[in-house]
Amino acid sequence: MDIFWQFGIVREMTMIFAGLRCVRPNDPEVRVCVFSCVDSFNRFPYNDLSIPWELLALNFVSFPLAKRGGAGAGGCAPAQAVVKGDPMKLKGAQIFFECLKKEGVEVIFGFPGGAVLDIYHEIPKSGIRHILVRHEQGAAHMADGYARATGRVGVCLVTSGPGATNTVTGIATAYLDSVPMVVFTGQVPTALIGNDAFQEVDIVGISRPCTKHNYLVKDVNDLARVIKEAFYLARTGRPGPVLVDLPKDVIQATTEFRYPKKVELVGYRPTVEAHLGQIKRAHQLIRKSRNPVLYAGGGVILSGASHELMRLADILQAPVTTTLMGMGCFPAVVRKEDGSKELHPLWLGMLGMHGTYRANMAVQNCDVLVAIGARFDDRVTGKIAGFAPHAKIIHIDIDPTSISKNVPVDIPIVGDCKNAMERLIAMFEEEPVEDLDEVRAPWLRQIEEWRRAYRMAYRQEGDVIKPQYVVEKLYELSDGDAIVTTEVGQNQMWAAQFFHLTKPRSFLSSGGLGTMGYGLPAAIGAQVAFPDRLVIDIAGDGSIQMNIQELITAVCNNLPVKVAILNNRFLGMVRQWQELFYEKVYCATCLDAAPDFVKLADAYGAVGLRATKPEEVEPVIREAFSVRRPVLMEFVVEAEEGVYPMVPAGKDISEMLLV
Amino acid sequence: MEKNGKQKHTIGVLVENQPGVLSRVAGLFSGRGFNIECLTVAVTHEPGLSRITLVTTGDEHILEQIVKQLNKLINVIKVYDFREIDFVDREMALIKVRAEPATRAEVLRISDIFRAKVVDVSPHFYTIEVTGNETKIGAILELLSQIGIVELARTGKAALARAKKH
Repeated sequence: MDIFWQFGIVREMTMIFAGLRCVRPNDPEVRVCVFSCVDSFNRFPYNDLSIPWELLALNFVSFPLAKRGGAGAGGCAPAQAVVKGDPMKLKGAQIFFECLKKEGVEVIFGFPGGAVLDIYHEIPKSGIRHILVRHEQGAAHMADGYARATGRVGVCLVTSGPGATNTVTGIATAYLDSVPMVVFTGQVPTALIGNDAFQEVDIVGISRPCTKHNYLVKDVNDLARVIKEAFYLARTGRPGPVLVDLPKDVIQATTEFRYPKKVELVGYRPTVEAHLGQIKRAHQLIRKSRNPVLYAGGGVILSGASHELMRLADILQAPVTTTLMGMGCFPAVVRKEDGSKELHPLWLGMLGMHGTYRANMAVQNCDVLVAIGARFDDRVTGKIAGFAPHAKIIHIDIDPTSISKNVPVDIPIVGDCKNAMERLIAMFEEEPVEDLDEVRAPWLRQIEEWRRAYRMAYRQEGDVIKPQYVVEKLYELSDGDAIVTTEVGQNQMWAAQFFHLTKPRSFLSSGGLGTMGYGLPAAIGAQVAFPDRLVIDIAGDGSIQMNIQELITAVCNNLPVKVAILNNRFLGMVRQWQELFYEKVYCATCLDAAPDFVKLADAYGAVGLRATKPEEVEPVIREAFSVRRPVLMEFVVEAEEGVYPMVPAGKDISEMLLV
Repeated sequence: MEKNGKQKHTIGVLVENQPGVLSRVAGLFSGRGFNIECLTVAVTHEPGLSRITLVTTGDEHILEQIVKQLNKLINVIKVYDFREIDFVDREMALIKVRAEPATRAEVLRISDIFRAKVVDVSPHFYTIEVTGNETKIGAILELLSQIGIVELARTGKAALARAKKH
């Protein structure tokens, strides 16, 4: 076969083979298989001639793929199953639920279809709760919200074809934010795979770049092991979504149920325990530092290391800034003796594009930057060359690929954040910073000056509601004790700026992928996990319409989520960029043709409330919080309010537009 | 070493024989904007394991990312970073070259010098099999191209770390 050597061609060719599940060339079945490959190759855009299939088989299929009907997906070593008592003979669909029970799954979010009917048939007998969504993207985000709020693995179940593809945005969202999740997709029977059967799609191929790992189970005997591995992979190391594709004949087949005790994955051994020598080097460097900053990300929350972060900040008297994903891992406010709240003295707020003035200035002027479970995203660093120019950088992360990916690091520490911080703290207890108060005083004074120089500010004047005012009121009236989810855009940034969090796992937001439509289903997922907590989705009028159909899921499951729509009749963040960088040409960002949100809530059987004047904001929120039903609050806010400070893309993060 | 600190670089990847494993590796390269110059895959003597040898280009920073990202794939068992290890590499090429009465002797002479074999003969063409490292293959191709190469198939590199002397 001759091909034009173009970027990505190897990938495309392998996709064809993986899609067809090709077999070895010396296998008697290969002729049939390769002939069907040839057909696919002739449709291949780079191909310039018809293909002599013998050559194709010789040159290209000489790498082994699984034998047809042989051991299917998963590790090469057979499951090292240890069986207790008599194994039962069960259907694949029953094994599926036995495995879920072994993993402690209490709830799955899903939507049925032809390929997964056998599994749905078993749900009533399984004792596992199923939340029926209205769109599979919603199922993925709910599993994600559930996982972020609880720290457990979120599970969703959808059918083949469109059911599977609809979850892709949700999977990618979870992948970018390292959320532990297992997605089960139905698949057409194994005999039909590769035939363009009804509702067939190569979801393993499609989801490969946005899952931590994925599986196609081709033999019911592999099912239990694959599910065990999927949950293990999802929650260990750097967590992430794992997809398991289940052909219909596999879940209909029967076998003895054996749940493996141990997972054996030769190629997967995440480094949890950090290297002691590196921690010692970090200890020495921080001891000599005068102006340190701790820069904490979502990894702190994932490893359950908030307590260690607070202890480390305290022992070093080092200020803390967090990324959007790290919100809540360090308390933004502390309660004074009289019960009122004040900002935590070491809290800098979020850093980056819409970070606080003091956080960005502190990072740009620090001499040691300790990154903990954060990944130097471009929204954090601004122009890489100008990021933290005076700082030696220490980076603690469980994923070695995050280290020195964007920003060169002086002391890399690969390991679990909690483990690494515990040992760093122990070293400082043994050998503390000398004359700590004296050494640190000028730095903390400087930070206080920056804090006074520019505060997050807006003025609530006149008859029009400021969106920031709504977020502040939500914060005040909930006393900060809520799980906050956000959509994406201005609403997300105002939530991060004005809703002061004190606990981890209380701020759920699509940070990496920036998925509009995330907030409502994520809030539902969180509310399923915590039925008695206040869950607020801070939304925009654009984002909320991307998954509004899930309102009925909240209503029919009695999940009293509170949605606060900051309605500015614009795709506000995009409009803001058009205002600043695209000559105020507001092309395709005006949403003045909008549904009546109060009537919409009513139509879904939820409570709809509207505030159009500043004095109506508080009563609306009070009423929303007082009813135990899903509520859609519409706040008609200032149309062209912007999010500030703002660092224009490609600038140093000290170059902030302040108003 | 090419311009901009870009280097050609050989990496060996030991992988589990799973459906789609090559797609995972290839997808990693295209998805993250890394280059693959050539790629060889075949089973090893150990059941269930295959070895991928690939040649890529990039500066130190990119090569480091490639090695780390490969290691992150679940089906990848070991990555041999040949920047750090002394290694041997070979490639095989089948070259169909024009062999008219006037040039036949020259083709055979060149084949001899390169210890190549003629594996197929027809009235107007010889097909030559040659094995060697990149430089050697490059050299024979250059000589034969003056006579007239009709078709060429190269296997891509196979590479192994040298055994320790002690």
